Amino acid sequence: MTGRQIMTADEIRRATVRISHEIVEKQAGTTGLALVGIQRRGVPLARRIADAIADHEGVRVPVGALDITFYRDDLSLVAQQPVVKGTELPFDLNGSTIVLVDDVLYTGRTIRAAMDALVDFGRPQAIRLAVLVDRGHRELPIRADHVGKNVPTSREEVVKVHIDEIDGEDGVDIERAVPVAAAVG
Amino acid sequence: MTVIDREPSGDSAPTLSVPVVDSPPGDQAVGWRHRHLLDVDVLSLADLELVMRTTDAMREVLARPIAKVPALRGRNVTILFYEASTRTRISFEVAAKNLSADVVNIATATSSVTKGESLVDTVKTVEALGAQLLVIRHAVSGAPALAAEVFSGSVLNGGDGWHAHPTQALLDLYTIRASLAGPDGSLAGRKVVILGDVLHSRVARSNIWTLTAAGADLWLCGPATLVRGFEAWALRGAAGRRFTVTSSVDDALRDADVVMALRIQKERMATGLLPSLREYSARYGLTRERLAMARPGALVMHPGPMNEGVEIAPDVAAGVQSRIEEQVRNGVAVRMALLYLLAGVRS
Repeated sequence: MTGRQIMTADEIRRATVRISHEIVEKQAGTTGLALVGIQRRGVPLARRIADAIADHEGVRVPVGALDITFYRDDLSLVAQQPVVKGTELPFDLNGSTIVLVDDVLYTGRTIRAAMDALVDFGRPQAIRLAVLVDRGHRELPIRADHVGKNVPTSREEVVKVHIDEIDGEDGVDIERAVPVAAAVG
Repeated sequence: MTVIDREPSGDSAPTLSVPVVDSPPGDQAVGWRHRHLLDVDVLSLADLELVMRTTDAMREVLARPIAKVPALRGRNVTILFYEASTRTRISFEVAAKNLSADVVNIATATSSVTKGESLVDTVKTVEALGAQLLVIRHAVSGAPALAAEVFSGSVLNGGDGWHAHPTQALLDLYTIRASLAGPDGSLAGRKVVILGDVLHSRVARSNIWTLTAAGADLWLCGPATLVRGFEAWALRGAAGRRFTVTSSVDDALRDADVVMALRIQKERMATGLLPSLREYSARYGLTRERLAMARPGALVMHPGPMNEGVEIAPDVAAGVQSRIEEQVRNGVAVRMALLYLLAGVRS
């Protein structure tokens, strides 16, 4: 498997800070704003964006974690149930502006599931989407409001995001996937 | 939750060998391989840990403003109970509905079973009607295993005869761990007493396996006629599992961390095992005085239904140490977890 880096730790840091500015600019402040990271790597990314907002606005916006496992549309297709990692939304969603945060935007199915999950907790005034990498190949009418980096990919490639809090280092790699026949075995 | 990393000594847990297909790339599959849940003795420590962790997630779902997720949308859960039950049947029904499954309830008293239909024919019929997950309770030990032989989906044992009651044992383990487990999830050093009619109890048999596997120091206590035969179990599991059988209620309750009272199962009992319920109550009933021998704050549990004033005094059942309502709440979460895990295994 051959990999090449498409974002360095510094580039991830700059993209996160830029996204934090964009979010506040679009909301015209921080009132009613809350960030919700999608398990797993969306959660530390959401915390970093919140930290950046705290740095330049002096306001700490609430951060939640969302596990979308129970809302996936492929539960009846996968061979084994995915690990459930937990949901924690310690704030009232009603009337708030929720920014969903995830590492990679690909088919859009995760975001569809996340929106279904969110509206079970309340009725946000608006839901927006921030992603570190948009790699294209959407299968649903979904687009991101804030993108760290647009990366043209082929479906055979795998985008791997490493986040310090989970993986011990920051970086985004793009890899050629193992041939399908070998992967399925 | 942490992982218990010790393997049970003595009896090792055999696992069903269902072929595993790869999950989508980047997906962390849970490693659950049991197509059916007929007994707890097929569950490894890793399986137990997975059930506990999935139950945590289900507890979180139950605390949501809308306690319902679409995980089993479009799946048919058929609940086939050949024995009277309120809490277990309703608990399965609520659990399945919380996962958005379609639930079919069959009370055998009003079904073709009364016309003489066999268990196998009934199972084949509900399968033809769309059942994918089948929950069975039956007075005959092994009935769910027979159903599993002819059913193309997954069978979940909701209690069979004296044999096993897996979901009760798992909810009991979850309830005890919530209060007493060490940082590694182990119950090592905790004295758990099962008090009463052990002989007729599928709850006791399943709990013996899971609680000793989790490391608890397990005591079975009751009149000699109602604990007989279990000494052999104690010897068989002697390597690594702490297990004591006694008729002395004082020895059993002394410094206990958990006291689980069992109902005297009059409907399963042959005559001559007990002189009278009154004598049983006087000698083995869980009263406030007896509970005082246990550790302060020891947990009081009962799988229900209770005969208050027989095996447990009303003030103990309703007291601050009682976890009986918590057991019922955890029962829904544990059954959600098991339905979710079983639904992921391809037949």
